[in-house]
Amino acid sequence: MRKAVIIGAGMTPVGEHWKLGLRDLAVEALLNAMDDAGIDRVDSLYVGNMVSGPFVEQENLGALIADWAGLGNIPAVKIEAACASGGAAVQEGVKAVLSGLEDVVAVVGVEKMTDAWPSDATRYLAYAADAEWELFHGASFVALNALIMRYYMKAYGYTEEDLALFAVNAHANGARNPYAMFKRPIKVETVLKSPYVADPLKLFDASPVSDGAASVIITTPEKAKELGVPKEKWVEVAGMGRAIDTISLASREDLLVLKAAKVAAERAYKMAGVTAKDIDFFEVHDAFTVMAALSLEALGVAGKGEGAKLAKEGQIAIDADYPIQTMGGLKARGHPVGATGVYQTVEAVLQLRGEAPSQVPDAEIGLTQNIGGTGSNITVNVFRRV
Amino acid sequence: MARPMQVSRYWRHFREKYMLIGGKCENGHVHFPKRSVCPVCGSRKIEEIELSGRGKVLSWTIVRNPPSGFEYYKPFPLALVELEEGPVVLAQLTDVDPEEIDFGMEVEVVTKKIREFEEDGIILYGYKFRPPVE
Repeated sequence: MRKAVIIGAGMTPVGEHWKLGLRDLAVEALLNAMDDAGIDRVDSLYVGNMVSGPFVEQENLGALIADWAGLGNIPAVKIEAACASGGAAVQEGVKAVLSGLEDVVAVVGVEKMTDAWPSDATRYLAYAADAEWELFHGASFVALNALIMRYYMKAYGYTEEDLALFAVNAHANGARNPYAMFKRPIKVETVLKSPYVADPLKLFDASPVSDGAASVIITTPEKAKELGVPKEKWVEVAGMGRAIDTISLASREDLLVLKAAKVAAERAYKMAGVTAKDIDFFEVHDAFTVMAALSLEALGVAGKGEGAKLAKEGQIAIDADYPIQTMGGLKARGHPVGATGVYQTVEAVLQLRGEAPSQVPDAEIGLTQNIGGTGSNITVNVFRRV
Repeated sequence: MARPMQVSRYWRHFREKYMLIGGKCENGHVHFPKRSVCPVCGSRKIEEIELSGRGKVLSWTIVRNPPSGFEYYKPFPLALVELEEGPVVLAQLTDVDPEEIDFGMEVEVVTKKIREFEEDGIILYGYKFRPPVE
């Protein structure tokens, strides 16, 4: 079977880009990735994006971005899997390369969220939930996660302080990332003093509304050699998994198990021939602090109900056993929803090349986990240094 | 925000939203709303079942920054309610002091206004849950 390697990575800073539109961000990230690989043409483009229609009245992103990036008459499509769109787009790109149909593939994840009013943005994000049985009742995405958070705290006896540690860790790492939206460390008190958005979930338990784009170039080792891309730049896509769970929270078998992440991780581990113990760093989907805890449990890093314990024991910092969110995670780097999975990929690439601002020493294998919905659509990817 | 020219869209869920009609498969698995395939065993032999509307609060939150269209109602409590027949339903709580909501609190269904659209728009009704009146 063919192998897939990432040979180029690029991104824009995450933030409120009032002067830049969706196409500007996407094209900038894409050209950065192509320049990084040293190439000027690709066979196809996969765009990870969640809700460009409501946010900026633009669909047909494949044509828009390929056109404006000057890529010619290539095939280009948008991939949507709610907030996991970016992770899914990377997987579609890898599949195209592995299938042999395409040799050099570009993936760009982009979201432009600050062109909308905040309450409209809240509505658009809730399109990832069940429109008739969740949004109908006024549920926001934050509210649905708050229901999980309260249940999690009750089930295992955790406090708001315990979960705040995930935000503190993310900000500590984000402070060193020049591309992060928030570059300031915070304390537990910062989280606790922030206002409730949906009790017990506070503003600082949640990732911000953001604009941004990230991009990677995927090919085979043979083609990378032919293109003259130095081997130091290669990062192997060693494993991939994707799975869904019920779209509505009420239908979930167990509110406290991210079943889709579990299934996706098992597939990714199997394909890569690794276990959770082999992973040197984890980029988990901490859109909300409780999701970081549940993700660690689903990925097999922590036992059931013990995800938050890892944070309490100080095991998630850069120099600890299970470093997570090494460049700030969704919480501090920012969360331009459909772009997030590609940002995670770019950050994993930087770690494995040894170029990350908060470098995990001797990182060989990294994992990214990207959640769509309240755990309804999840991708897990495993990357290995070549 | 989407324009409210969608009477049929809301009307087609009349039975579920006004009468709490769910589904029960040949093997006795109850779910809400009704589906064409049982989510537990995969059976396609599903009959309708009217749920009692009595249940307990599984988890709850206070929505302070709602999606557009619900600004008028904020803040409002939203809960997962476990019905006595088994299914869990997401709905707003009503006629309750937010401070008094607790795990396991008993509630019953009541039909209430969910949302209004603009002046000439439709008004949406549906189920909410409240502490039992009797």
